[in-house]
Amino acid sequence: MRVVFKTGYMQDIRPWKDGYQLSLYLVLLVAVCAAPWWMDDFYLGELTNVLIWAMAGMGLMLLTGHTGQVSLGHAAFLAFGCYTNAVLIEAGAPFAIAFPAAGILTGIAGVSVAIPALRLHGVYLAIFTLALSVLMDDIIVLAEPLTGGVGGKYLGDVSIFGLTVGRWTTPDRFFWLVLGATVMVTLGYINLLRAPLGRSFIAVRDSEVSAQAMGVDVSRAKTVSFALSCTVAGWAGALMGMYSGAFNNETFNVLISIQLLLMIVIGGLGSIHGAFLGAIVVGFLPQFLSIMKEYVAVMFKGGAVAIPGLETGVFGMILIGFILFEPMGMYGRWLKIRTWLELRPFCRKDMFKRRKSYLKTERLR
Amino acid sequence: MDNAQLLVSGLANGCVYGLIALGFVLVYKATEAINFAQGDLMMLGAFVTIGLANTHYMGLPFWIALPVSLGIMGALGYLIDRLIIRRMFGESQVAVMILTIAMGFVIRFVAGLIWGHEPHTLESPFAGRDVRIGGLVLGMEDVAVIVVTLLLTWCLYVFFRRTRLGLAMQGASQNQLAAYYMGIPVKRVQGNVWALAGVAAGIAGILFAVRGSVDPSTGLMGIKAFAAAVIGGFGSLPGALAGGLIVGVIEPFASRYIAAGYSQVVPYALLLVVLIFRPNGLFSQVRAKKV
Repeated sequence: MRVVFKTGYMQDIRPWKDGYQLSLYLVLLVAVCAAPWWMDDFYLGELTNVLIWAMAGMGLMLLTGHTGQVSLGHAAFLAFGCYTNAVLIEAGAPFAIAFPAAGILTGIAGVSVAIPALRLHGVYLAIFTLALSVLMDDIIVLAEPLTGGVGGKYLGDVSIFGLTVGRWTTPDRFFWLVLGATVMVTLGYINLLRAPLGRSFIAVRDSEVSAQAMGVDVSRAKTVSFALSCTVAGWAGALMGMYSGAFNNETFNVLISIQLLLMIVIGGLGSIHGAFLGAIVVGFLPQFLSIMKEYVAVMFKGGAVAIPGLETGVFGMILIGFILFEPMGMYGRWLKIRTWLELRPFCRKDMFKRRKSYLKTERLR
Repeated sequence: MDNAQLLVSGLANGCVYGLIALGFVLVYKATEAINFAQGDLMMLGAFVTIGLANTHYMGLPFWIALPVSLGIMGALGYLIDRLIIRRMFGESQVAVMILTIAMGFVIRFVAGLIWGHEPHTLESPFAGRDVRIGGLVLGMEDVAVIVVTLLLTWCLYVFFRRTRLGLAMQGASQNQLAAYYMGIPVKRVQGNVWALAGVAAGIAGILFAVRGSVDPSTGLMGIKAFAAAVIGGFGSLPGALAGGLIVGVIEPFASRYIAAGYSQVVPYALLLVVLIFRPNGLFSQVRAKKV
């Protein structure tokens, strides 16, 4: 049993609980930084992919997990960021300008979406953003002079302050670029949640009416949340474009939006850890399944069989399992295990029992 | 005359959207949950009927395969509720929505596993027959789709308005706890609604398969039906049908009179406009939000 003694007021405010926790995360950071030396190129690429997904997940997590606005259309913002980045680089802008600009412009696009969407609640907002995601596909095709339409666009190596960075030519540098961006976003996110703005997001999530009563400007909180969320999504999209190298209107389709939402639900809504855990599931599930298939084929002495759609099917089943048995996701389960370990001799039965709840309608007729 | 022809085919298309939208509304009206898997259930209904009726599979006569597949779909709807949705009793709308999205993934996967990913068509007695009404040549299947949809919507409307079970369903959706106190078996009512939604999906699937080919990703058409349901306003059965018809009629006219590329945008653009100006649909039921 580990007890954190509080000896100062800063302890409640600072991002880490105690030195032990801080050192754990520093060890993790060092290990991940050194990944190019202890991982082969294939798995390094996969890890890069996971980090990019985690970043996109953090973008959505801010909006859905912390502000309670469900978006089924974040692929549209990923696409916006990706194309903005590519177009700016093609126009001759250096990466150091194009990349931040991609995020900021996506954030502005997000605000222009958020303003009409402010009146929508829960499921209606989800539908609104879903339609947006479907429309983005068509918009990319229509804006062919800029986006290359169905033919798509290619994005090769970029140069950052004289260093060439590319997914295939220098996978280690690209990995560090992604890692740096992800760490910056994560630190910003942690800080945001400590600040009044982040607290107001959470207040809006838990009850809009109560938040309003406490003096939170609900519309402003939602708009800012949309802006920040889309900015992060834009950066993630730009990195996704660089990761895949080639992309067209179908790269960021509706299914990507849906998958992103399902990912953060699996990871655990309302926690930064959840974005990373969900990204690990999404990133490594295909590898895991192909290894399992080989294993099964060897066991039954049969040839390897191709099952189309296996990944999404398994993904769906995992998700159903989580929502039914662990609505707080992987991170929620880990918190329960950790609490149980920390309190070990003093745990009670039913400590984590879910409260029974009844639904009341918002309709009046 | 050309426009009339477009109108009729649009109406028939719209009826299929409307039928899927009816499924959404049914579940929403009775359980306050949104079933994103309705489109995939529709696809499954089509495939079950194909599996029973087509000569390549079981080869049952069409009029025998029809009730059997509807029975299967109803049972499936009930089982989905019994095994999955009922555990979510009283949880938030959004959690149930995400759950049904995942169910859609699984249904698509299973259908692909059983029937493969090639497009299939249903062999039906309607195929290739025409009906002539004053110079208009209508496909028999179009007429069947329109007639069946109107009939079904009317039946469901009367069911919700007049019968004890229909009223119980409405009560259960508005306040679960109060419905319990009034002696409504809320969980059983929910199961019945899901069975009904399964049957509606089955009917929609059959009508869809009669008019064109289906493959496992047909279920994604549910998104368009979704637009229809929203335009009509969730919670209103005639509204859902009207929304479906609007979307269905707009599509062929848009593709005829608006430049290619812009035309498929129209239904979604309409959806966005409706959501912005009437956030709860054209036939809205929400007036204020309570704490």
